[in-house]
Amino acid sequence: MIVAQQKPFEEIWEMIKDFKKVLVFGCNTCVAICHAGGSKEAEILASMLKIKASQEGKEIQIDHAAIERHCEPEFFEPMMEKARSYDLILSTACGVGVNFLSERIGNIPVYPALNTSFYGAVPEPGFFVELCAGCGSCILHLTGGICPVARCSKSLMNGPCGGTSNGKCEVSDQIDCAWYLIIERMKKLGTLEKLFEIQPPRDWSTSRDGGPRRISLEHIRAYEEKEEKSENKTEAC
Amino acid sequence: MKSGSNLEKIIASGQMAVTAELGPPMSADPHEIIEKAKVLKGFCDAANITDCQTAVVRISSIAAAYISQQAGLEPVMQMTCRDRNRIAIQADLLGAAALGLKNCLCIAGDHQKFGAAGKLKGHPGAKNVYDVDTCQLVGILQKMRDQGLQQGGDKIEVPPKFFIGASWTPMGEPMDFRPYNLKKKVDAGADFIQTQGIYDMELFKQQMEKARNLGLHERTAILAGIIVPKSAMMLKYMDSSVAGVTVPKPLIERMLKAKEAAGDDKKRAKELQEQEGIKITVELVKQALEIPGIKGVHIQAIEWESAIEEIVKAAGLYPRPNL
Ligand code: SF4
Repeated sequence: MIVAQQKPFEEIWEMIKDFKKVLVFGCNTCVAICHAGGSKEAEILASMLKIKASQEGKEIQIDHAAIERHCEPEFFEPMMEKARSYDLILSTACGVGVNFLSERIGNIPVYPALNTSFYGAVPEPGFFVELCAGCGSCILHLTGGICPVARCSKSLMNGPCGGTSNGKCEVSDQIDCAWYLIIERMKKLGTLEKLFEIQPPRDWSTSRDGGPRRISLEHIRAYEEKEEKSENKTEAC
Repeated sequence: MKSGSNLEKIIASGQMAVTAELGPPMSADPHEIIEKAKVLKGFCDAANITDCQTAVVRISSIAAAYISQQAGLEPVMQMTCRDRNRIAIQADLLGAAALGLKNCLCIAGDHQKFGAAGKLKGHPGAKNVYDVDTCQLVGILQKMRDQGLQQGGDKIEVPPKFFIGASWTPMGEPMDFRPYNLKKKVDAGADFIQTQGIYDMELFKQQMEKARNLGLHERTAILAGIIVPKSAMMLKYMDSSVAGVTVPKPLIERMLKAKEAAGDDKKRAKELQEQEGIKITVELVKQALEIPGIKGVHIQAIEWESAIEEIVKAAGLYPRPNL
């Protein structure tokens, strides 16, 4: 899932303090799981901002709302009219949600209340860790299911570097050395010899290229188009 | 000859090679490089010019290597993967070769976090690159030199002819993988290897045996790295905090004894420890050169270049061959 963290409160306040009517708009998928931007967090943030506004003697109407997902239009379409009555949307969705809503809402600014951080898992409640970099060219079959792009501090493909110490990365003893983990895991899997081969320079164009990366599933699009047409036909009958 | 560098010639002649290290300054003043080069000249076959070591901004390795070369000391230009993508790396390699540089050592580079240490602020917020890693960088150099091709496949009319080096941390973790780690660098095209600083010769011998079993000593020239210890404190620090370095207790105790012999006289304590450090280094150098498959030593006297002369002489490695 996408893991995000609320921005420092002062930074959020600076963003919104000159607006008159603000909607704190939550998303109940990923960012709710990481306790950053679901309906509960949107409500708490709205309350805190209201208190701050009254302390600062500012008259701002601050409401809150949340929907299931900010990354698909059908979820926020029903909210659009209400959202358009505000002069600022303070989104507690991830960055995808902020972008997506900005494109659709018209001339109303959408500001981020979160720092969208990474794709991660929840190994224990309240703890999140990045496990995938979304690089667009997966090599996990070569590295025992442990991603060096996301988890090695240097994204090395032929690690480890000389910095491994007690299984930890040279950057911090709080960071596991990804390559130490990879080697130990490959030993257990009996596939260590896979690591004896040199991984050639990567094609990073799948990772960060010109403009946003896109994936188009032609069969799904064709199917949807067909469905739409037949629906129109039935309606015409 | 692949590059025709002095270092390559000495290794090819079968004589033990000696390399040292020269750290460029954090200013635009070339004199420090020239001074250090003068001190090292004649006592090593080539000197590594570090590439913003510990992620501290210094005169670039290429520029400093050129200045060193002009001053009569053959440089081993270092090239980290931290700061440049493959376009910048190859452009720099072409430029370095055009300037007449002949040795290049490929390393991953210390993480940018290390720049902020002691009094230095560094640039811990810098973005690192790591478009390619050390192994891949070695491969790029070899492809440029031997096939006359850029990594992307475009032709190079006049290829850069480097004697290609890589580093190796033989006692890094996981220890049993390190010989294979070396093998990958050799497979990629490393002509010579400089190891991380070694104090535990027994452990190093074991790792060298594994390297020999893989036949690596015949395919690359392994130079044993020795970091000249300056004080007991430094040895303790290296033992506890430098990855892949373990210092046997007796060595630390020898240094402590040297320090204690000076009583409260701090200046004397420094002198005595430095003397003991040089002695220890000479012993380590001699032991390393006895190990089958070792083709030389890489002696690092960090910010203490003047120590090299005495060490090299005492180790029986002087005069350096003139080829
Ligand atoms: S210590 Fe391990 S995780 Fe850290 S940079 Fe080196 S190989 Fe990567």
